[in-house]
This record gives sequence, structure tokens and C-alpha cells, in this order.
Amino acid sequence: MTSNGGNNGEVLLEMRGLRIEGQSEDQWNEIVHGIDLTLRRGEVLGLIGESGAGKSTIGIASMGFARPGCRISGGSIVFDGMDLRAASDEQLRKLRGSRIAYVAQSAAAAFNPAHKLIDQYSEAPVQHGVKRKGEAEKEAMELYRRLRLPDPENIGFRYPHQVSGGQLQRAMTAMAMACRPDLIVFDEPTTALDVTTQIEVLAAIKDVVEEFNTAAIYITHDLAVVAQMADRIMVLRYGDLVEEDNARDMLANPKEDYTRQLLAVRTYRKEEAPPDESPVPLLEVRNVTASYGGRVIVLDDVSVKVGRGRTVAVVGESGSGKSTLARVITGLLPPSEGAVLFDGEELPATYKKRSRDQLRHAQMIYQMPDTALNPRQRIRDIIGRPVSFYLGLKGADREKRIRELLEMIEMDPDEFIDRLPGELSGGQKQRICIARALAAEPELIICDEVTSALDQLVAEEILKLLQRLQDDLGVTYLFITHDLATVRAISDEVVVMLEGRVVEQGGKADIFTPPHDPYTDLLLSSVPEMDPDWLDNLLADRAARKARGEKVMETSDQ
Amino acid sequence: MAQIWKLLKSAPPTALFGLAVIAAYILVAIFGPLLTPYGESEIVGSQFELWGEGFVLGTDNLGRDMLTRLIYGARNTIGIAFVTTCLAFLIGGVLGLLATTLGGWADQLLGRLVDVLMAIPILIFALLILTITGTSVPVLILVIAVLDSTRVFRLARSVSMNIVVLDFVEAARLRGEGTWWIITREILPNAMPPLVAEFGLRFCFVFLFISALSFLGLGIQPPTADWGSMVRDNATLITYGDITPLLPAGAIALLTVGVNFVVDWFLHKTSGIRDDK
Repeated sequence: MTSNGGNNGEVLLEMRGLRIEGQSEDQWNEIVHGIDLTLRRGEVLGLIGESGAGKSTIGIASMGFARPGCRISGGSIVFDGMDLRAASDEQLRKLRGSRIAYVAQSAAAAFNPAHKLIDQYSEAPVQHGVKRKGEAEKEAMELYRRLRLPDPENIGFRYPHQVSGGQLQRAMTAMAMACRPDLIVFDEPTTALDVTTQIEVLAAIKDVVEEFNTAAIYITHDLAVVAQMADRIMVLRYGDLVEEDNARDMLANPKEDYTRQLLAVRTYRKEEAPPDESPVPLLEVRNVTASYGGRVIVLDDVSVKVGRGRTVAVVGESGSGKSTLARVITGLLPPSEGAVLFDGEELPATYKKRSRDQLRHAQMIYQMPDTALNPRQRIRDIIGRPVSFYLGLKGADREKRIRELLEMIEMDPDEFIDRLPGELSGGQKQRICIARALAAEPELIICDEVTSALDQLVAEEILKLLQRLQDDLGVTYLFITHDLATVRAISDEVVVMLEGRVVEQGGKADIFTPPHDPYTDLLLSSVPEMDPDWLDNLLADRAARKARGEKVMETSDQ
Repeated sequence: MAQIWKLLKSAPPTALFGLAVIAAYILVAIFGPLLTPYGESEIVGSQFELWGEGFVLGTDNLGRDMLTRLIYGARNTIGIAFVTTCLAFLIGGVLGLLATTLGGWADQLLGRLVDVLMAIPILIFALLILTITGTSVPVLILVIAVLDSTRVFRLARSVSMNIVVLDFVEAARLRGEGTWWIITREILPNAMPPLVAEFGLRFCFVFLFISALSFLGLGIQPPTADWGSMVRDNATLITYGDITPLLPAGAIALLTVGVNFVVDWFLHKTSGIRDDK
């Protein structure tokens, strides 16, 4: 951001030695260990860290609030001369919504589904006695226009479920702006959105925050996003401050190892696998059309070929049909037309008719390791079941194989074999899912968004592990993802999908080098980069190309 | 053993009280014949003798010892209620899990069948069937178990509905596992806590239901001692201000309260409901 706040504004919010405790079982554990934070008027401060870093907890504490199960146990929070820890509930109530506002990660969960957007907009100003309803509504329309929502005069009269996710997030930003607060806390406002939608929301937020000279705390796990938004960045880890600096200085010259790791994430690149020489591809999806309940067509004449030992990435945004494609391949959703061929041989449409060997050859790894593992089974049983089910190993042989598999995924057998999934971290659970898939000794593994639910550093470890396993075992991957960084890191070939169709497919180099299909172009250009000027440049570039009369897709979310 | 001890120490006083009550009832039921001076239906005195020497709680309308019959009543009523509840859970639980796992028409068929059964008032339906078939103990158990299994079916179905859509169940299906494996290994262990809690409550209802049937004369038949019929047989005493007929009723109430305390504690422990704030 073009330092409109900088270091010369008056101090708006100051935290000194902030300590917060969280309750687990019956004890209180400290989760934020004495954080100092200073925010000046008009300044945007980025809080960044992985899950468990305490960034949301600190963000909420700036309103003098702690979530149920948490309590502020030490330090001071002073907002514009007022001590929030000493303030009465009544004083805090007056402050919240009018002078400090909050924008949550999931706008869909933060809006009341039973009321129109504009009524929810007007609630805060009317309740705080700032404006009358008519005025507030007129202003809402003005803000909706400013946030570039379509049809700003009428969109407010819709219910939350009648607008898209990106639009809802912008409507929520408008709502936070309603009382012209001095401070807005943005808690991962774009994390749940598709990349092409994220751009719109980021641009809109940046624009209004600058316009009204509002101070903001911007919380995210994505350094590239925070680079676009913040004047200053604080890197947090396990409730401690790692590093704090101006955004540009930190990106150009990070001092701590941890910051450097975060910056280096997404730079991993695998070497391209040798092309598949055999005439028949391992997996072929031939002209598949599929629908749910025969009405809405989710896949429209989709054809994909996957060569042996290769990694094919299917990339697209939510609703593009990429997960449905996985369901068709595994036989959970029989297609209405077309066929799935494995090794040149047509597979029965439903998994119920497939032989045990056909099932064994194609294994699946899921997005959410929490729900992909039975919480009541021990690791030994989770991995051991496919070993005995498909390969018939028993007793000592089975045990030996389980231990081998655990070693393959870099987990110590003695330590982990008797654990329950609840006793593992997210990344460890995903490793167990990988081991379960490998236990079947498959030729193809379908990876459905396997890194989306994980922190970036953990996700990268998982990608490296998958790559090592491919190098060792020659297994083929079909990677389903919305994340282009993952595609860049691990794929040999790319299939781009939009609204149930294949837009473009080819080798990774081809897809990532222009000229592109307009949608591929939109998708590729929308991935945030670490450069703080990236967003401004991108928007300027898109505007210029439009001015020249070129066809530019701006969003797939209308 | 140490674990059980630790668990008991963490239990709230209400749950400990409930556990003590249940333990006492079970002991009395098992060692009944050793505790009683007379036989179950032995006539030992004149009718309606007062509390005192020889007969601690007096005698009933036929001159049988009241305390003896109370103790045997625990045996009969609790035993039959327990067997009935187990049977109800076997039928309802298996069918409920089967309905969600198979889905489609199997689910529809079972669901509608249960709807029909549930549409008829349970007491009237039971009275009707018992009048036709006669009131032997096996018939009694079977009828109540089938009628009660509809409630268990509903619960088992709704609990497993949330589990069957999880990825690990899908993974098991795609592995090629059979329906039985999916039910017993993947779904059932995760559906246990609400089902166990329901077992306690269901047991109470069955127990009350048997007592109600006995009171109406269609439950456990004389001369077998049973708390429901004991209330009915001696009900006239109430008119004279004698509380003896309330003792079997009190025994029923105490057990129901005890079981509910334990179930509450179990539910809180497994579902993570907290009392604070």
C-alpha cells in the first residue's frame, strides 16, 4: 500500500505485553505470550502465521474480546486513550460495531440468513444512533458501488444465500464500514474464496480502507496476500512475535529463518517425469458426461488421459466439476455417457461391480484427513486393513509391512503404530492417509485437494513426500486442486476445467506459457505473488488491456 | 482397574448416587433368595398385616410377605426389562444401521414400516396384541421389544446418517468392504456413545411400560412377584392412609432416577457438553 499511514499518524491502538490463556480440559494454558502491538491511524497491519500462531486471538483482543474458552490474562489494550481491559461491558458494546468492526473469514456464517443484506447493514448505525435507516440505506448503496458489487441499488435487497461468496464478503466489508469505524479487523477474509474472486475482494478492501483512511488489522496465513494489503507486517508463531517490519523491507530482506521459510514456500519444483512410452495410457476418461439426479450436468464431455508414472493436475475453481471427475473415476457416480478405461480395459461404471483388483489399482487420498480416518481405529488397523484385505498378509508379515509403510512416510513405527488419529497433527494424519493408499500397492492414486486443509509449510512437506514416493515406486498421480502453486510444484501435465468442461490441457510448460485460453489466463494471473506492487500492477494491466479492446475475463463469479 | 477407579473419582455426586442405586438393585436381584426369609408366593400370614415383628413391611392382600415380594419383584421386573431392552437394541440398532448403509429403497421401506408402527399408540397396541396372544413372559418380551425397537431404529438411523457420509466410510466402500464390515467396524464404534446413553433411558421406559402393563393386568402374571401388579393388588390400602402400596412404586421411581443420573453423566462425558457459564 502506498504508505498513506506510515509512521507519522497518531497512535490508535496500543497493546503492551498482551497475554491470553486458553482452556483445555480443566487447565488454562497460555497461548499468547506477551505481544506488543502499535497501530497508528490509517495504517494497515498484517498479522501472519500458521494455525495456532495466535493471530486471530490477538486480532479479536483488539476489540477487548476473548472467545469463549479464552481469557485475557495480562498486559494492556489501549484504544484511542481508553483502557479496554478496564472498560465496562456497556462501554465496550458502544465501541464495537461503531468504532471497531470485524470482518470474519466466512461471511456466509456471519450473516443472518433470515434478513436482507441492507437491513443487516443498517442495523449497526441505527442501533448506535449514528444514522437513521433511510440515510444508512442510501449510504449502503454508495458503498456497494464503491466495492464494485453488481447492481448496487438492488443487491442489498437480496438475502445472503442469493449472492455469491465473493459478493457476500464484499457486502460484509461494507457492513463493517457502516459506522465509519477507526479500526477494522479482517480475519482471513479471502481464504475461503477462489483465486479469481479473491482479487476482486482484495482490490475492494484496499480501495475503501484507503478512501476512508481506516486503520486495519489484516489477519492471514498467506504472505503473498498480506504483501498486497499491509504497510507493516508482524510474523507470529506459537503465540510469540517472530519478526516485525515494514512490508517492503520484510519481503526484500527477511531477518529470521522462519520468515524466510514462509517466503520460500511455493518455490518447490519437481523434475519432470519421463513421458509414458506405452501406446495405452494407464487411465483414460473418454467423453464422460455426468449429472446429479439427471438434471444439472456437472461434467460435459470430459476426456482426460493419464500416462504411467506421470502426475496430471486437474485444476479449477469451486463448481468446475473437478471433484465430480474423481467420483466418476472411482465409480461413486456412474456417468450418464462415456467410459473410464484403466490400462485399456473399460471399468464397470459403479464401484460395486468392480473386482477387488480393479479397486486396488486406483486409491484415493482425501482433502480432510480428519474425516478420512476412522477416529476409533488405531494406526495399525487403518494401514493394516488394506494390507490384509488386498494382499492377504497376516500376523508377523502384516505387522512387518505396516512398519515398512510407516517408515516410507517418514513416521517412526514404534511411536505411532498404536496411536489413534486424534493423537496426530494434521500433517501426520495426511501421511497416514498416504500410507493407507500405498498399502494397497496401487498404480494410480487420486489426490483430491490433499494439501488444502494444511498449513503451507506442512503442505510443502507432503508434496515432497508424494514426489519421493513417485520416484521410488513409479506410482501415477491424478492431482485435483484449486491451487496453482501446487500445480506448478508437482505436475507434469495440467487439465484446466471450468463449469464442467475441459478448457485447456497439455504439458505443464505449455499451459504456463502464453498464449493461454482467456480463462487459464485469468486463473494464472490471479495467483498472488510476493511482490507488494503485484495487485496494483495487475489491475492496471487488466484495465489497460480492456481499454485496448482485448477480451479480458475479469471473474468467473457473477 | 486403576482407570475405572480414576473414572469413578471424577464422577459427579449425582452419578455416584445413581451407580450406587443400580449396584444395590443388581445385588438384590441376584442374591434375592438368600435375603428373603420366605418363598416368593408363599402365604405366611393373614391379609394386610401391619409392619412389625415377623413381617418387616407387613403382608399383602393374600397374606404374602411384602418385603419378600419386593425383592423377588426386583428380580423379575429388572430381568425382563433388561432382556427386552437388549432385544429392542438388537433389532432397532441393526436395522437402523442397515438402512443408512444400504440407503435407497431399503432405507425407504424400513423407514415407512417404522412410521406405521409408531403411528399406533404403543400402550393400546401392546394391550391388543397381548389380549390376542396371551401373556406369557416370552411373548411379553417380544412384543415390547419390537414396539420399542422403532425408537431405537430412529436414533440409530439419524446418528449413523452423519457418520455414513464421512470420507472414511467412503474409503471403506471403495476398498470393496462388505456391508457387515462397514456397519460393525466403521460406523458402529462411532455411533456408540449416543446409543449407550439411549440404552439407559430405553431401559427405564421399558421398565415403566412393563409395570404399567402389570398394573393393568396384562403384564407379568400372578403369582410371580412384580412391582406393577403389587401396586394394583394393594391399592385399597391407600384409602386407609397406609403407604405400603407406594413402596413398589417408590422402588420403580428410585431406579429410574438412578439410571437417568448415570446416563446424564455419560452423555456429558462423551458429547463434550459443558456445564460452565
